[in-house]
Parts: sequence; C-alpha cells; structure tokens
Amino acid sequence: MQSAKIVVKNLYKVFGGKSADVMRMLKSGEHKDDIFKKTGSVVGVNDVSFAVEEGEIFVLMGLSGSGKSTLIRLINRLMDPTDGQIILDGQDITKFNYKQLVELRRRDMSMVFQSFALMPHRSVLDNAAFGLEISGVDRKTREARGMEVLEQVGLAPFAHKYPHELSGGMQQRVGLVRALAVNPSLMLMDEAFSALDPLKRAEMQDILLDLQREQRRTIFFVSHDLEEALRIGTRIAIMEGGRLVQVGTPQQIIENPADDYVRNFFKSVDTSRYLQAKDLIEVANPPHAGRPGLHVPPSCSLPDVLQQLLGQSEPLQVRDDQGQCLGLITPSSVLSKISQHRLQSTATH
Amino acid sequence: MADISTQDMLPIGDWVNKVIHFMLDHNAGAFDAIGNTIDWFATMVEFLLLGIPPLVMGAIFAAVGFWRLGWKFALFVCAALGLIWATGFWGQTIATLALTLSATCVSLLLGVPVGIWCARNKLVGMLVRPVLDFMQTMPAFVYLIPAAMFFGLGRVPGILATVVFAVPPAVRLTSLGIRMVNKEQVEAGHAFGCTSWQLLFKVQLPIALPSIMAGVNQTIMMALSMVIIASMVGAGGLGNDVLASIQRLDVGLGFESGLAVVLLAIILDRITESFGHTPTTRAAEQGS
Repeated sequence: MQSAKIVVKNLYKVFGGKSADVMRMLKSGEHKDDIFKKTGSVVGVNDVSFAVEEGEIFVLMGLSGSGKSTLIRLINRLMDPTDGQIILDGQDITKFNYKQLVELRRRDMSMVFQSFALMPHRSVLDNAAFGLEISGVDRKTREARGMEVLEQVGLAPFAHKYPHELSGGMQQRVGLVRALAVNPSLMLMDEAFSALDPLKRAEMQDILLDLQREQRRTIFFVSHDLEEALRIGTRIAIMEGGRLVQVGTPQQIIENPADDYVRNFFKSVDTSRYLQAKDLIEVANPPHAGRPGLHVPPSCSLPDVLQQLLGQSEPLQVRDDQGQCLGLITPSSVLSKISQHRLQSTATH
Repeated sequence: MADISTQDMLPIGDWVNKVIHFMLDHNAGAFDAIGNTIDWFATMVEFLLLGIPPLVMGAIFAAVGFWRLGWKFALFVCAALGLIWATGFWGQTIATLALTLSATCVSLLLGVPVGIWCARNKLVGMLVRPVLDFMQTMPAFVYLIPAAMFFGLGRVPGILATVVFAVPPAVRLTSLGIRMVNKEQVEAGHAFGCTSWQLLFKVQLPIALPSIMAGVNQTIMMALSMVIIASMVGAGGLGNDVLASIQRLDVGLGFESGLAVVLLAIILDRITESFGHTPTTRAAEQGS
C-alpha cells in the first residue's frame, strides 16, 4: 500500500502585503482579479490541495504565470505560504522554525533548477558534493559520494572540470547529481529540463527514469511541456491561475480532460501515442475470458500492441498481473481509438 | 536693503564648526586611540617595505607581474621600477606605496562588510548610498583640514582622508556583486540547507568575487591618487615632491615625481585587476 509523502491542504500564497484582507476576500468568494484591482495584491496560489504518493513522479503542469513555480517553492519553503498546511511525512512544515527548516532541507529534500544554478567557482565534484558540504560531511566522505553519483550519470571523467567547460545538458546532469548526492527522499525539480534542446531533454528524462528504476524516490516535477509530463509522470496535476484544475494519471487526463484549458495542452500533441492496451479494449469482460491465446499487460504501449496484433485473426487479450482477462483488443477497436484521438487534436487546432 | 547674497539665512557652516569643536573638546581620547592604532599600523607597513632592498623588491614585483600577466608585463615592471630608482625617487615611492596599502587595508576592512550589509538590507543600502556620494564628491581639502585638527599633522590624517575617498568603490562594488548573484543560485543555497553565513561565504561572496576585486582595484587607485594630495597635511611620500615642485615652480621635479606616481599606478592597477580574472571567476562573468 502506498502512503502519501506530501499532503497539501488549502494552500494559499498572496504576494504584496495586506494578506489578511486578501484572505478574507478570497474566503468570501471574490475573484483574484477583483482582489488585485482593490488591493494590488497578487494571489499566486489559491486554495490548492493535493497529495503526492511515496515513490511517484508527480508532474505539476501549467502555463507561465499559473503559479507552478510558486507552488514548488512553497514545498521547501523558499517562499512562505500565506495560509494552509503542507504535511511532509506526517509533519506540518509550515509550522517549522528556521532551524528545523535548515535541518529539513539538508536531510529530506533537494532541488534541481531550470537555470542549473551551479556554483561557477566550484569544480564539478565540489558542486556535486555541495549539499553534503553544507550539512558538515567531511571532505573524504562527501567526495566519495559525489564521485559515486557522478559515475551513475557518466560524468566521472569531468569531475575536476568547471561548470562553464560543460555543455548545457552536462551542466544539468551535475545539477541532478548535486540533488541526488544528499540522498533525499523528496526531489523538487523546477522546469529542470526546459532549458535543454529536445534531444538532450529526452536524454535527461531517460536518465531520470533509469535512476528511478534503481532507487525509487518521490519526485515533484514542474513542467510546461505536456509530452514530458506524459512521458515521466506517474500522475499529472494541471494548474491554472493559481488553482489546480485536474489531477490524474496521464491516461485519465488524456481520456477525460477537465476543461478547455487542459484540452488546449493537447493541441500540438498526438495523444494517441500515449494510449495503452487497457485504453484500446473493445469488449470488456468477454464471455470467453480465460482461454489461451495472445495476451498483453494493461500498460502495454500502442506500438507493442500493434506489433502483437499484426497478422493475427484472433483478438488480443489484455490480462492483469493475476492473469485475469480484462478485455479484448481487435484491429477495429485500435483503429477507432487512434482516429478518435487524431480527430480530437486536429479539431482543437 | 540687505544684500541677499551675503545674508546667512541657513548657517550650516556655523553648526558644523560647533559640532567639530564639541567633538574636539569631548572625544579627544577616542581620536587619540584611533590615531595611534592607525599610526602604528602604517609605520609597520612602511618599515617592512623600506626594509626590503630595491633589487629584491623589484624582483618580487617582476615575479608577480610574470605570474599574473606574462613576461611582457614583467619586463615593463623592471623598466618602470628601474626608472624610478634611477631618478632617485625610490624611497618616496615606497613610502607612497606603504601609505596606499595602509589606506587600502583600512578601506577594505570598512568597505567590504558595509557593502555586504547594504546588499542584504535594503534600508541600510538606501541610507548608505547618499553618504557614499557625499564622501566621493565633497572636495578633499574640506575634510583634510578637520582631519588634521583631530589627529594632528602627519600620516594619520592623510590616511583617514584617503580612506574617506577610497571606501565608496569598495562598498558599491561589493554590494553590487552580491546583488548580481543569480536568484536561482541563492535559492540553490537555501534549498540545500545553507545557513545565512554559509550562504554568504559559500555562495554569495565567491560568486561576487570578480566584482569585489574590481572594487579592490578601484579602491587602490583612488587611494593612490589621494595619498598624493594628503601630503598637504604631512603624510609624506611622493606627494612631498609634487608639493615642493608646485611651491618652487619646478616643472622638472613635478614631472619626475608625477611620473613615479603614474608608473606605480599602472603596476598596481594591472596586477590587482588580474586577480579579478582567475579561470573560475571568468566563469562567473559568463554567468553559468
């Protein structure tokens, strides 16, 4: 059974003073635009509640100005929330004092930044060991740990170079290593791969997924790129104007977008690529379930399903871990699903 | 009808005189203590520098020049110091160097911490800024005289007047350097659990170093130009010769002593500037 790593309850962040007035106005139901006109204060995060499960990659998506960068900074208290609770491993960290906060950041969490934010005066190894140095780990131990993680991402030969001697992709790998070296249970990633070109971005996503397979951590990932979210996200949350619009698995969001804002994210994305076997089922719980034949797991990807289906006259079974047949896939069910998604994405153009 | 131009409607001058006299009458002990400390320090520096034989001193400068900027600059240093020695201004030049270094040390000791404070506290920054403008633009002669009244003639008022003139760039460029540190780099410091001091010493100051070094360079140059003027209150060094050349209308002497100042300035400027461009600080300038 999974348990919640972070529970966020009714979180608010108001910029620009008069927060008590603004909170009263928000709770009496006034719109944030009216509040801005009356008080000049900006509501960055507006009554947000969600939970992040242990070991998942939770992707927070939104356009710029939607409040996602603010929300991620509330979670490690780089910004102080105006109201609400953030419960991490059962403790409400909004109540933490300065000393507890420093301890928390050293022990439990780390962060990867969009601009990499490496220290230019430190070598790659010293950057990698930065977090450990800050928590007072001795040089030998922290350098050994730094090298270990640098090796994991293939950067060991560059340990004694300086950040400016590395390409952007490599610099962000150092940023990732710096965050991993402290062995955090929670990693915050703020548009971590957005500054990289598409090829490097895909490469970094692979590295991240590989690292997750080796050792599962809880990752809170902010992105504005839907393809990235669909690729790495266990679950995706979509944020607009300081509010959460929808939270769900990639399939749930593709299948049932909550509103036009969410649907607009799919404009340039061919969502049919993210279909899985369980989305392609034509006949659920068929009468002749359990008989022998070709079968695939529910999370099987579309290309794999197509390969299995090619040249088959029999429908393909979808079976779960227990061998239970969930339904059948036929060539016509796959075609109709794909065309449905294609039409959807062209219709919104 | 009264002549408006001579009517002293707002006698700021009188008030300043009263404050100065009050301070002279009531805080003489404090001024003596400050004066003695600075005098002791400056005497030490001069004693040490004058204790080094000219050839050894020349070799040290040439070696540093070679290390920082290469053999061409080392050659220039040798030629420049040789010229100063041959024109007979070696002793005065070293005395000026000692004054400059003493004033620079005091300026940095005050200026860098104040600069850090300004960067971290908006209110302090706002209050300090006009004070810096005042220190930089108030004509030097105006505070040379009260400095001499407080500390007597000699090295001490010269150094203090120089400090007043040379502190502003140290404050400004330290503060600027820290404020220019990328927001996400500061956030990274916080996110990995830096305390306030760790943030300052492991993130902000190292990244601000090129700017701070530019401030050090500016402070040295300001100090050097001011210690010449400070000879008017008996600070000594090359300024004495410059002053003598003015009094005697001896253009040749003025040129020789002035040339020594210029050569010393070029050597100090190039060497201190080079410390702002180490391989790692170059990276900071690229803002990676």
